[in-house]
Amino acid sequence: MEYEEAKQLIVEKLTKKLKTKSKFYFNDLSKILGLKPREAKKIVNRLIQDQVLEYWSSGSTSMYGLPGTGKQASAEHEE
Amino acid sequence: MAKHATPLLDQLESGPWPSFVLDDLLGVLELSYKHGRTHWKHGGIVGVFGYGGGVIGRYCDQPEMFPGVAHFHTMRVAQPGGKYYTTEYLKNICDLWEFRGSGVTNMHGSTGDIIFIGTSTPQLEEVFYELTHTFGQDLGGSGSNLRTPSDCIGSSRCEYACYDTQAICYDLTQEYQDELHRPAFPYKFKFKFDGCPNGCVAAIARSDISFVGTWKDDIKIDQEAVAGYVGGEFAPNAGAHSGRDWGAFDIEKEVTGLCPTNCMKYENGKLLINTKECTRCMHCINVMPRALHIGDDRGCSMLVGAKAPILDGAQMSSLLVPFIKVEEPYDEIKEVIENIWDWWMEEGKNRERLGELIKRQGFQKLLEMTNIKPVPQHVQEPRHNPYIFWNEDEVEGGWDRDINEFRKYHQR
Ligand code: SF4
Ligand code: SF4
Repeated sequence: MEYEEAKQLIVEKLTKKLKTKSKFYFNDLSKILGLKPREAKKIVNRLIQDQVLEYWSSGSTSMYGLPGTGKQASAEHEE
Repeated sequence: MAKHATPLLDQLESGPWPSFVLDDLLGVLELSYKHGRTHWKHGGIVGVFGYGGGVIGRYCDQPEMFPGVAHFHTMRVAQPGGKYYTTEYLKNICDLWEFRGSGVTNMHGSTGDIIFIGTSTPQLEEVFYELTHTFGQDLGGSGSNLRTPSDCIGSSRCEYACYDTQAICYDLTQEYQDELHRPAFPYKFKFKFDGCPNGCVAAIARSDISFVGTWKDDIKIDQEAVAGYVGGEFAPNAGAHSGRDWGAFDIEKEVTGLCPTNCMKYENGKLLINTKECTRCMHCINVMPRALHIGDDRGCSMLVGAKAPILDGAQMSSLLVPFIKVEEPYDEIKEVIENIWDWWMEEGKNRERLGELIKRQGFQKLLEMTNIKPVPQHVQEPRHNPYIFWNEDEVEGGWDRDINEFRKYHQR
């Protein structure tokens, strides 16, 4: 899958789900992309690098989201 | 005069090493004791650019009352192999942390990292820059990624080491940088390296893949030294447990009688070991280190699936590879690791540890996915299911038959 196509797909799907969900597991992303985890990882890494996605971590688990959409933005007392 | 009155905690500050130093930290704790609930929140977006692990967000939910700890993020700093430091290195990272963080550290966290406890979001990149550029030091793992691999001191100081724990720990850390810093696993994943079954980093209890040193040939016996122990010339256990008088050393009671597989005997002043039955538990070697030594054909066993009790109770690792040579470039070992990851990344549910996946899909599935042939060491107990199910490819001719050929011999 082309990077730009993948990027569009992820942004579109994640934006659609925003009302109910702002953080996603890696698994959710590879399902959206329809790729095996290793292949999906290459794309997801680049999406992070390009700041299309950002990490969220509880310390024990990691999740992904569109920048600034997680509940954390307010929890950090930062806009 | 302290900023917050902390009558419930003042005792902590007495003595030569006050365990809490920051006013606001003490304040939050006092409030938590008063309310009987925590005032910390954990988790967050914080991290350093490009890394999905190494930083754990912590926030106080009473930031106006305790502004000093409104952010109190944890940073995990990868520990060096065997946890050896120079004093200069320690001074440097302590100075850095005092300048950019709370000055509170934990040496070490359970995973093994040096833990820096408490800093604010803007300091994270600063600390990371200094660590990597000035001290050649990386952050460790957290979240759903490979956690900082950890090892015992191994052959650097220990005569029991069956392989070079630090060499392989370092090699795999370098090889799997992407897995360490960019989380894409279902959950955490840990490697730990014990040079021998004494298990100084408790690999078998705490890691998804435990590497435990072992050997194949005979335990080397110095019969003269055995006689030395029996005659009271050498203190057993290298003098440990000597705080009380246990009486004269009794080789039958303390060594051969405690061998878990009963494979030893002491006869006519000679110690005999039936190597085939020995499980390499280390007991006899620990008691008589001058007389007994690990064999020369050395390597490690790979065990998989240990975890803490969150789901389904705690679990120790199960034996997957009874013996494997530990030699650079570790290709055979890496193949096993990557096969396991391919399976777990594809089949593991969110927040499912490898040990839980093995339980859910079966050890046999793991053997299939790693292309490892079942051997008696994989068998935990006699079978309690009378049926055997074959896969089509295991049966000659598969499920199809040539009906005409069949009719040649059998009437309708
Ligand atoms: S695990 Fe074994 S080899 Fe490693 S330090 Fe402990 S006793 Fe020595
Ligand atoms: S290592 Fe353990 S199993 Fe082997 S001979 Fe010694 S006590 Fe017995």
